[in-house]
Amino acid sequence: MLAAPLDTLRLHETPEGVDLGLGVAGPAPRALALVADGAIRLAIYLVLSPLLALSGFGLGLNLIALFLLEWLYPVAFEVLTGATPGKRMLGLLVVHDDGTPVALPASLIRNLLRVVDFLPLFYGVGLVCTLVDRDFRRLGDLAAGTLVIHAQRRPAPGRAAAERPTAGAAPRQPPPGLALATQQSILAYRERAPRLSAARRSELAETLLAHLPAPAAGPAVTRGTPAVEQVQGYADWLAQGRAGD
Amino acid sequence: MRQAPFEAAHAAQWADYRRLLSALEGRGRDPSPDLPLARFPALYRRLCAHYALARARRYAPGLIGELHELVRRGYPHLYRRRRAWLAPALGFMAGGFPRTLRRHARVCALAAALFFLPGLLMGLACGQDGELIFSLMDAAQVAELESMYDGAGKTGRGAERQADTDFMMFGFYVMNNIGIGFRTFAAGLLVGLGSLVILIYNGLAIGAAAGHLTGLGFGSNFWPFVSSHSPFELTAIAICGAAGLLLAAALLAPGRRTRLGALRANARDAVVLVGGAALMLLLAAVVEAFWSAGGAPAGVKYGVGGLGWVAVILYLTLAGRDGPGGARGA
Repeated sequence: MLAAPLDTLRLHETPEGVDLGLGVAGPAPRALALVADGAIRLAIYLVLSPLLALSGFGLGLNLIALFLLEWLYPVAFEVLTGATPGKRMLGLLVVHDDGTPVALPASLIRNLLRVVDFLPLFYGVGLVCTLVDRDFRRLGDLAAGTLVIHAQRRPAPGRAAAERPTAGAAPRQPPPGLALATQQSILAYRERAPRLSAARRSELAETLLAHLPAPAAGPAVTRGTPAVEQVQGYADWLAQGRAGD
Repeated sequence: MRQAPFEAAHAAQWADYRRLLSALEGRGRDPSPDLPLARFPALYRRLCAHYALARARRYAPGLIGELHELVRRGYPHLYRRRRAWLAPALGFMAGGFPRTLRRHARVCALAAALFFLPGLLMGLACGQDGELIFSLMDAAQVAELESMYDGAGKTGRGAERQADTDFMMFGFYVMNNIGIGFRTFAAGLLVGLGSLVILIYNGLAIGAAAGHLTGLGFGSNFWPFVSSHSPFELTAIAICGAAGLLLAAALLAPGRRTRLGALRANARDAVVLVGGAALMLLLAAVVEAFWSAGGAPAGVKYGVGGLGWVAVILYLTLAGRDGPGGARGA
């Protein structure tokens, strides 16, 4: 398998033997999620505040609500839906470090230890800890074995355009003996090309061609549109063979 | 096989898989009679194989990304832990909690000593010396404490109270006591110092109050009030402290594991202790709010308190002995 990428992607090998990439979320979106959750909790509390009119009984209910909001609000949402509403708004998800949805024990641990991450004030310890740790885990996450990940990676765009062979360019055979990585670069070019400007398209095509072994016919350097067509032709060949069979 | 025929050959399976996936992410019903959810695991494993093939053959990154996304979305549905609430919760209180507690008997004994011994000594000392309590509390707090139990019965716990005041106090006990329990646990992550300080300080404060009030002769108001709920409340605070010390033990003496590994293993047990203690504190809050302040004669309240201690001790030492993992005790 591939080496660990220089990225915030944490690879977890599933029982099926494939690597699952979990995109861990950094301090900035998590802080925003905290602010959103804070606002939501405050709103719930304000909605419940008319209870205070019921004197003793209402005050009791109010105190219980305060307790639940302070301690169990994150636990309940994480266990039932995978993330608090604030995290959901930012597209975050809490999972075990094997990628499975978080369960009650881990969620309780990470949320009870929030008190320590909050020290000395406004998540000082938590911030330092997320910045030091490779997977942006705060102390609660470390003890519970949980990760906060981005729920949805951005869908790879341009796939639909790449389904069809490129207009105007017949598949042409690339130079023999291309490394697999080079072939993949050519295929990636085919996928990305529709989203690039014409100038950038030519520039990338020229760069790619410069890295290919020179064709046996001669050192003719192709530039501009012919270069684009040449690379597109190679890509079509690599993707579907000569006649598209 | 080249990429385009590969995609064409498997497109139908991927489409089926997508339909099952959106059904699972929605309401979790079979999307159609000819495509039952039971086919999901097989399709998921096939998709994993396709994803691995696409990566090994270096197909286009877009295709690989798409397959990866499909695998990633399916994974949590296949490996989701079963949701069941009632049976595990009952099993937890019937066996899991006391068993875990006995497995960490030494830490629990240490926490109990840190909590009860300072309390006992402070109580005895404060009973002798009426001034000593001012080393812990300021004059206003002491005055308030005295007014609650001085028998004038105007405000506070010794007096007859109405039902809605009872409920208010219940809310207060839930928020305050369970909150203290949770903090006692969490503070253990500060290499144990936090739990240590909270345990000793609460022990001293409770002991001081008890000793001081008894020394002043208010014992006949104070002891009947606290006797009924104290077995659950005091024990639970000590257990929360033990859970905190368990975290500290992982950091200070991880043994043959890494510190992180030890912390994770101990946190799993510690959270069981905290969960059990929180339920005990909830019980204590019910008793404290609705029974302790009631008008039952002092003798009955002492009797309930005594029974409570017996019940707690029997429960923690005997419950769940023959369940799974019972033999692991030390």
